Amino acid sequence: MKFTLQVWRQAGPDDRGHFETYEAQDVSDEMSFLEVLDVVNEDLIREGKEPIQFDHDCREGICGSCGMMINGQPHGPQRGTATCQLHMRKFKDGETIVVEPWRAASFPIVRDLVVNRSAFDRIVEAGGYISVNTGSAVEANMLPVPKSVSDAAMDAAACIGCGACVAACPNGAAQLFTAAKAQHLNLLPQGQAERWTRTEAMVETMEEYFGSCTMHRECEAACPKNISIDFIAYLNRDYVKAKTVNRNLTGQGLSQ
Amino acid sequence: MSPVTLDSRIPDGPIEDKWESHRFNMRLVNPANKRRFDVIVIGTGLAGASAAATMAELGYRVKVFTFHDSPRRAHSIAAQGGINAAKNYQNDGDSPYRLFYDTVKGGDFRSREANVYRLAQVSVDIIDQCVAQGVPFAREYGGMLENRSFGGVQVSRTFYARGQTGQQLLLGAYQALMRQVSLGAVELHPRTEMLDLVTVDGSARGVVVRDLLTGEISSHAAHAVVLATGGYGNVYYLSTNAKKSNATAIWRAHKKGALFANPCYTQIHPTCIPASDEFQSKLTLMSESLRNDGRIWVPRDSADTRPAHAIPEEDRDYYLERQYPSFGNLVPRDVASRAAKRQVDTGRGVGPKKNGVYLDFADAIDRLGREVIEERYGNLFEMYERITGEDPYVLPMRIYPASHYTMGGLWVDYNLMSNVPGLFVIGEANFSDHGANRLGASALMQGLADGYFVLPYTIGDYLAGLLGQPPVSTSHPAFSEAQQGVEDQVRQFLSIGGTRSPDDFHRELGKIVWDDIGMERTREGLEQALRDIPALKAEFYRDLRVLGTGETVNDSLEKAARVADFFELAELMARDALHREESCGGHFRVEHQSADGEAQRDDEHFSYVGAWEWTGRDSPQTLHREHLEFENVHLATRSYR
Amino acid sequence: MAQVTPRSSVEAAVRPIHQKGRPWPWPASLYQTYTGKKWAMAITGVIGLIFIGGHMFGNLKLYLGAAEIDAYAVGLREVAYPLVPKGFLLWLTRILLVAALAIHVHSAWSILAHNRRARPVKYAGKRDYIAADWASRTMQWTGPIILLFIAFHLADLTWGWVNPEFVHGDVYANTIASFQRIPVAGLYIVANLALGVHIYHGAWSLFQSLGVNNPQYNALRRLFAVGFALAIVAGNISFPLAATIGILE
Repeated sequence: MKFTLQVWRQAGPDDRGHFETYEAQDVSDEMSFLEVLDVVNEDLIREGKEPIQFDHDCREGICGSCGMMINGQPHGPQRGTATCQLHMRKFKDGETIVVEPWRAASFPIVRDLVVNRSAFDRIVEAGGYISVNTGSAVEANMLPVPKSVSDAAMDAAACIGCGACVAACPNGAAQLFTAAKAQHLNLLPQGQAERWTRTEAMVETMEEYFGSCTMHRECEAACPKNISIDFIAYLNRDYVKAKTVNRNLTGQGLSQ
Repeated sequence: MSPVTLDSRIPDGPIEDKWESHRFNMRLVNPANKRRFDVIVIGTGLAGASAAATMAELGYRVKVFTFHDSPRRAHSIAAQGGINAAKNYQNDGDSPYRLFYDTVKGGDFRSREANVYRLAQVSVDIIDQCVAQGVPFAREYGGMLENRSFGGVQVSRTFYARGQTGQQLLLGAYQALMRQVSLGAVELHPRTEMLDLVTVDGSARGVVVRDLLTGEISSHAAHAVVLATGGYGNVYYLSTNAKKSNATAIWRAHKKGALFANPCYTQIHPTCIPASDEFQSKLTLMSESLRNDGRIWVPRDSADTRPAHAIPEEDRDYYLERQYPSFGNLVPRDVASRAAKRQVDTGRGVGPKKNGVYLDFADAIDRLGREVIEERYGNLFEMYERITGEDPYVLPMRIYPASHYTMGGLWVDYNLMSNVPGLFVIGEANFSDHGANRLGASALMQGLADGYFVLPYTIGDYLAGLLGQPPVSTSHPAFSEAQQGVEDQVRQFLSIGGTRSPDDFHRELGKIVWDDIGMERTREGLEQALRDIPALKAEFYRDLRVLGTGETVNDSLEKAARVADFFELAELMARDALHREESCGGHFRVEHQSADGEAQRDDEHFSYVGAWEWTGRDSPQTLHREHLEFENVHLATRSYR
Repeated sequence: MAQVTPRSSVEAAVRPIHQKGRPWPWPASLYQTYTGKKWAMAITGVIGLIFIGGHMFGNLKLYLGAAEIDAYAVGLREVAYPLVPKGFLLWLTRILLVAALAIHVHSAWSILAHNRRARPVKYAGKRDYIAADWASRTMQWTGPIILLFIAFHLADLTWGWVNPEFVHGDVYANTIASFQRIPVAGLYIVANLALGVHIYHGAWSLFQSLGVNNPQYNALRRLFAVGFALAIVAGNISFPLAATIGILE
């Protein structure tokens, strides 16, 4: 197979950036999309041109490092698949493929296809954890967790933090990420103690960096882990409750 | 440098009490004083994140560096199958002692008993801690935790979260870490790579790092440095490790005096998806847990080209079940890997390149129904289909061994401190608990044991001795010297101006290492490797091409430094493999096998840890030996028949 | 919490697009955040839907003749009379509706502005939407169309400013007179189609904003939204159509 790649090149955060066109010859349909970029990069180095910078690491769809717009879709045309696991058999021979970095105000472009996703860490930092110091845990089977609850939490916890939801969203919103992170913990009995403070803090930090959901559902479609937007609804519900509950607790001197 | 002494500092007393009494005997640092100690942690995988979080909880001032853009991306995240713990929830006779026994035996009697026993002891605390953090482990309908079994053991002690156990455990540790970041107890530096260790008067006192966004090289001082940077499996180029996993941090520490132990102990994982073409950038692992329900076979006749489903039972060879009736498909990894290699070597491999064996779920689907299999392995099956385009519910999977884990690493004592005072090494980066072969679901256990429950105590004992001493200033000449060295290296890579990319060299190096220091090693092969590697290394320094500058994100530049270290490490692997005239665990010397092809250990001569000391660029490392005593598990030939 | 001083170069490169202000007293504090605004938007949307449904249903009386609809208009002023003065509930409803509309519009405007800050740069290549439909992506256009229409509609049939034959209280005649002007009938039809599209997305997504969805009846939400939108559009555009082609006169 062979492909024409139009790849976004941008020297740094302040550069304007532009598309450059590269030909990828002798591509096997077994190759992953990133392996095609590897091959293009090898060619570029041979020609004395700087290779395309892109984030990648595990290449098995779990670390969440990779991610780019491929033909106008985050992670490309295959649903539920991160860029690294997208294989060329999903493309037509001879196709022109347009590759662009994620775009959002809080995902500034570092270089070429590399973006800075550290705002996600800020959201987690705001409350995406259960405060339990090492050593203070009780015996694991002391608290039964219904299988359905554990499974639902796992569905949310599957998030790999790749940023496709933000990239996909016409509003640059991070609701799906935040909902997945928060609801993973909010659903579990272990997460109840901090449920309301967590929800309030995470949502409000999210809003400092990202847009607001208007239910385009693009995030759900782009998510390589198929995380459902139902979690966004649960987060919204928890948020409104949190605003009330936290106020009540504060009013009673039970502020946490 | 002071002469090296290997004191393993194993506490006295019966094995069950060693950790307990050691914890009592160790010096403590009172809470007010903990604030006066700076600790640097490199790496944010299971070991690094859990250690950093726990030390910050205790009150130490912690600085964390990771080359990833977020601590959550470390390669621990890719572990699929599970984590062992001697909880005995299944009432099937498990106990810390049995986990200890299985691990020592699984490691082919090349690990330190006391460390392994401690690992088994704290394994139960790990599960408690992780559950409290909200790790969504698999549950039974009654709400209790579920277990499954893994290779090399006969009890069900593995806890799992679908096929994403590593991810969930890492997220737990990452979340604990981010909590400390928000409290200001941890200073987090993402996209920052450690490029040198700084020692002052023989003790570790800081690091030199490079900011991968700006290229800025800076020094950081501390009372102790913790390396949690993972293994060196990427020396094979094609491995199941993440593309960026590397040995640079431990290797540079090695060059600053830390001994490198058992480099030849590398684990080749039996269930990976076979390579499909020459551009393959990495191999993908299919969790070993699949062997619980999958049956491994090849056609009896190497000329059999029928599709799998058309081959009748009588023409199939379920070779593991045939050779190892008591463990069957659940033999340890090294045994399963070599058996697969032999089938492929005799021409009975399957798939278009005849480079794999079948892992068949047809029986399990008949017995349990598709739904149960989907529940247990759904995401693995999906991943397989995505990569190969074949549906494993219909066609058997094709699998083949691939480099996966490295048991070797920096030598550490019972306190997880290397021979360089103040340099602690945890997780896969150290050599300590797995001997010559690691059992499935034990890596996550070790990483978290080290990070949550061992290092935070043992580091206190070391720091207590430094009370009243401020950290060395980064204006100390040792820092500027180290920083100069790093700057020189960056400049060197950028200025060679040759023709070949770092990846190109890495691929060629990987092939040498895979062929000669892979699943089966021979004297000739190893000697050949010791000629080929330096030759290729010399070419690397002549013909490397790194474009661009050092002032921005530059993937090639980062790779060049890592590949440069892999060259030196590969040489040491070959040297270690050559000196170890026996077969044990992941180290299989063709010269040392029984009549039926099983590994033959030589306990009389090689029951020791081989720890190598760097003696300079131009002279081979020298070997130090730590003899292994087996007081509880009696040395025996490992048999899984 | 937003960090005042960035703790690393990675963090320094990302600046917040929005600063959380000092909290207002509850429940206004809810409206300070965009998630809260979405909630307010959903609640006011529900109020709007109830009104639109009732309005359309009541107007079906046009088909029963002038006497019926005129009596209905008078009756609206007398709801709950003599418990409360005449017109009391009508005015209460009007105030509620105006407040709801104001909140709905303000939150929409504010969310839109926030979203533009969150995504200031468009993709340079062509975007290939997978799930987002025409309705969800045109809310910001159908909304203003409806708003302008409401103004016209009030000027036309409540105040009579743009209806030369307007006679106060003569509902049937006013309506038919207005609809028999082709441009006005066209305007009503276009505006109601926009309203239908707006409801198609709004009536589905309000469940999401309120967080009252459930996998068990998620499929019904779409059915509800489609059904509601169709009913409103069909009912509402039937009036100008019927007036234009002479069924109503």
